[in-house]
Amino acid sequence: MQRAISAVYRIESPRLIAGLARMVRDVGLAEELAQDALVIALEKWPETGVPDNPGAWLMATAKRRAIDQLRRTKRVGEKHDALQQDLEAERSDPQQQIAEALDDDVGDDLLRLVFTSCHPVLSSEARVALTLRLLGGLESTEIARAFLVPEPTIQQRIVRAKRTLADANVPFEVPHGDELRARLGSVLEVVYLIFNEGYSATTGSDWMRPALCEDALRLGRILAELMPRESEVHGLVSLMEIQASRTRARSGPNGEIVLLLEQNRGRWDRILIARGLNALARAIGVAPDGLGPYALQAAIAACHARARTADDTNFVEIARLYGELATITPSPIVELNRAVAVSRAYGPARGLELVDALRDEPALAHYHLLPSVRGDFLHKLGRDDEARLEFARAASLTRNERERQLLLARAKKLTSG
Amino acid sequence: MRYVITAQPNPDAPSKPADFDPALFKAYMAFNEEMHRAGVLIACEGLNPAGRMGHAIVKNGKRVAVDGPFAETKELVGGFYIIEVPTFEDALAWAAKAPSGMGFDDVMEVRPLTGAGDLPPELVELIKEAAPSWSATFVKGR
Repeated sequence: MQRAISAVYRIESPRLIAGLARMVRDVGLAEELAQDALVIALEKWPETGVPDNPGAWLMATAKRRAIDQLRRTKRVGEKHDALQQDLEAERSDPQQQIAEALDDDVGDDLLRLVFTSCHPVLSSEARVALTLRLLGGLESTEIARAFLVPEPTIQQRIVRAKRTLADANVPFEVPHGDELRARLGSVLEVVYLIFNEGYSATTGSDWMRPALCEDALRLGRILAELMPRESEVHGLVSLMEIQASRTRARSGPNGEIVLLLEQNRGRWDRILIARGLNALARAIGVAPDGLGPYALQAAIAACHARARTADDTNFVEIARLYGELATITPSPIVELNRAVAVSRAYGPARGLELVDALRDEPALAHYHLLPSVRGDFLHKLGRDDEARLEFARAASLTRNERERQLLLARAKKLTSG
Repeated sequence: MRYVITAQPNPDAPSKPADFDPALFKAYMAFNEEMHRAGVLIACEGLNPAGRMGHAIVKNGKRVAVDGPFAETKELVGGFYIIEVPTFEDALAWAAKAPSGMGFDDVMEVRPLTGAGDLPPELVELIKEAAPSWSATFVKGR
């Protein structure tokens, strides 16, 4: 029963916290009130059963708690009046609450919650933890397990994040105009960070942690409907859906890594690919001035997803898309990826030229994929002695155990062959 | 992890298919909308209750197709949802939020879909070998 109630809470809590935060103007307090309501539900529901409209029940209970608390602390005033009015209104028309569950006001509250949880005043780790907690409905234990850190660490991170938001007087609102664009970037970054931690785990012995990918996808899909006019939101969702479609094909029976072009495409998840292509179409549909970086990466992923076999891949188009990406977000990593696409489209010699131009790039000095890619080009050009050294170097740089094994195996193959 | 929620009649006391009720239909659409907006709805389909039904049965050790037998109301399935949620309890909680009254939706059965993660590696290999394309329909495990 306790787990059943926790599940109901997970479903209801984002809207609950968002609605409460609008009233009390404090995300931390709103979450405490929601948690209080959960504690009361855990006491009462085992006897009464789950109410017909658990969301409305939790909201009413949390509001009552809020009023009690405000009375106790004698902070009677504007907040108190607003809460009292809300509570009265709801008593007179409980059905109203159900209708409200899906209307735009709730959407606006959720959006405010998104932008507050991902506020730049917070560290990136804090944003991730707070977003998973407040919007993903995950408990601290679940977040801790997902990130392989002790639970108290996550708890502290969340407590500190809430305090930071309160101390900085961060308003519970959606930013406007130019600020919206910049802040949206921060929101999308948090979601993609969560996805990537699941997709290519930087720590631990597992190459992927699919549960985190699912959490990020869920967050992305929520955002897409909260901001349907923002092309990049759909771009990010598309990118994640298509990348996640390859989850089952990315590792072999013994957990070893299988690279994109060597994957069994029969094991790609067609439902996620269809969802990803659909999201890409939505991203293109609301981007009259051209695609942003997430949508461009999604378009690249879509080129792979559409190809029936690796040989069918349109690498000329991929190289072009990377060129476009490099223009709007120049970075050594994008350049490295462009080199890979260029080598596929126009031959390894052209790719090697691009990669060699990156060898003195300080940002890539400890990045294992640079020697790994360079090794691949050298091998294709028949320069196996040089290639072997590059693979060994790449193996010494990666932090992922599975990846290290793959690279060592490639180096070894060149020794024996 | 993915779960399938199947709408079924109550086997003991199947309710008759109801006349089209716009309010109920709207409630179902609102349920779909809510799951979609929560980012959990992966796919859903309804089965046409007025459509023909056929069975392929085993007769004398051989499978043969028959038009019918016409199913008892209690055997009819209304449709299904595929949702992606963190735990079984979440899936059950979503099912509990579904409206009711369509006739074929007295029971919302919740079951996890198998993922490659649930199968021993040698079985996965066997499936890959025997059904290289179909293995795409595998739904991933958590």
